[in-house]
Amino acid sequence: MSTLATSTSATRASVEATLRGKRRDVGGAVFGALMLSALLLSLVILLVLILTTLQDAWPVLSTRGADFLRSNTSQIDTRTGVWQGLVGSFILIAFVAVVALPLGIAAAVYLQEYARDTRLNRLLITNIRNLAGVPSVVYGILGLVVFVQALRSVTGPDVYGRSYLAGGLTLSVLVMPIVILITMEALRAVPNGIREAAYGVGATRWEVVRSHVLPYAAPGVLTGAILSLARAFGETAPLLLVGAVTGYLSTPTGRTPLEILQGQYTALPTQIYAWAKLSGEGWHAATAAAIVVLLVAILVVNALAIVLRNRYDRRW
Amino acid sequence: MVTTRTEVTLGSLRGDPGRRRKEAVIRTALIGAAGLSLAISLAIVLALAGEAFLFISKVELSSLWSGTWSPRRGEFDIPTLVIGTLMVATIAMAIAGPLGLGAAMYLSEYASPKVRRRLKPIIETLASIPSVVLGYFALQVINPQIVQNLMGATSTFTIMAAGIGVGILTIPLVASVAEDAMHAVPSALREAAYGIGAKRRTVTIRVVFPAAISGIVAGLILGFSRAVGETMVVALAAGATGQAPRRYNPLEPGQTMTGAIASLAIGSDSVKTSDSGGVNPFTALYFVGLLLFMITFGLNMASERFVRRVRRNY
Repeated sequence: MSTLATSTSATRASVEATLRGKRRDVGGAVFGALMLSALLLSLVILLVLILTTLQDAWPVLSTRGADFLRSNTSQIDTRTGVWQGLVGSFILIAFVAVVALPLGIAAAVYLQEYARDTRLNRLLITNIRNLAGVPSVVYGILGLVVFVQALRSVTGPDVYGRSYLAGGLTLSVLVMPIVILITMEALRAVPNGIREAAYGVGATRWEVVRSHVLPYAAPGVLTGAILSLARAFGETAPLLLVGAVTGYLSTPTGRTPLEILQGQYTALPTQIYAWAKLSGEGWHAATAAAIVVLLVAILVVNALAIVLRNRYDRRW
Repeated sequence: MVTTRTEVTLGSLRGDPGRRRKEAVIRTALIGAAGLSLAISLAIVLALAGEAFLFISKVELSSLWSGTWSPRRGEFDIPTLVIGTLMVATIAMAIAGPLGLGAAMYLSEYASPKVRRRLKPIIETLASIPSVVLGYFALQVINPQIVQNLMGATSTFTIMAAGIGVGILTIPLVASVAEDAMHAVPSALREAAYGIGAKRRTVTIRVVFPAAISGIVAGLILGFSRAVGETMVVALAAGATGQAPRRYNPLEPGQTMTGAIASLAIGSDSVKTSDSGGVNPFTALYFVGLLLFMITFGLNMASERFVRRVRRNY
């Protein structure tokens, strides 16, 4: 494939050179430059976004530093911090990792390795692809109706259902279709020879999946899983609907893990949203600083995905 | 010489019953996980439809076309939201369409594998930026620097700034779907064109682009659907407050479907007043949500159809 591509481009280059003679293809060069500039403009936007945010955040980050990370939310812009938001976001994505990843990977294994090509199964896959495209705010409404209102007695009787459980379940439902699609893609890339070899020595279907297909697909599955978690980390709109606290939040009173999960919560992105709406130079800087924390967390998670992928990426 | 024959029965081929039982259990568990997705979409439809129906049965139908979106006063003008949404999505596509397609064409047709490996992360990083961050950026940078300075808007919140912010968010989606489509065009088509002396620009525009058109259209539709459903940028930068008159000017603040849902959810409008005609304004959220779901669902179905056409061809 790659040798073909190089030979094609070499052929093209020589054919072009002969046909062109001494004339230069000005129009072609302009067209190419235009395409490149579309890409580079995206880079410029990205850089401007990161640099202006850093610049706005500098007063807070340079003077308060770790104190900003360790402080709870406050009504006063110079004393507020992201500690509760960070803790909340990490609890939420840990919840999503425990609930949505196993379910999503299991569903993908069924659809890719077990299911026959029937009408029902095709409908299932189309349905999942559609679910991945449903706006996140609609998942928020689903969470509001099902997890906050209908299942209030489970998700948090004392806080009107507006708990970690409701938020975590909503994010899990949101992320699951994405996990399924990326996992299916990774499973599809496993060569059939590997499955056939395992069947040939008498392995059952599950044994084939468990000890041959899944290990081979692991880098792809892992990357997909981590990217989905990063998505859940930055998701804001559904959390607003299922009642993430945007104002003052007392420290959790629950002692057992279940009590904490049933308690009220906040998350980093919803805090950013709440602060961004407040006026004043101090809140402006605090918002930018919180965005820097969020972006650092997300970029670290993305980098982790790449490192893990490279580490487990082996060719058979 | 005596040959001993072992009887091979169907039972002995089937293997250990314990092993078979384990297989069956695992299979059932996997089916359950897959079925869950169907349950989720049913739950979405039922939750939305049920509550939306309650809203529609209580509200006066004339208030859905009253000229102002003001749930607190019982005015639920749907055209206000639809017009706002269309303006944001159109501006977004005016940004994401050319930039996304340009980036896709460059990565697929112009960049060498080495350059491609270096430049692709730009798009991937842009895709990982959370929408609330873009909302802040649209409010603090795009609106004052671009919309107010260059276009002469006076408001702190404008549909234009929100549209540009949503457009930036949509670039990676359009670029990756379009690039996949162009990548799937067989090399033989390109080689045939080069063989008769076509220039690279000609090959890109006249051969690859038409061959990948289904996938490109699919990418644009998906991008539009994403722009329609984007919430946080609009909630922060478009001035999506509790009430908004019907407006057609993108340089003024406005309200969209997603923005209306967000501001209803935050609860500033959930106060039931005597003016609202006995309808809890909060329940309008479900009706708007159902509308949003149906629009994006239709768009996604359309794009799926285009993608399938690409697969059939190559």
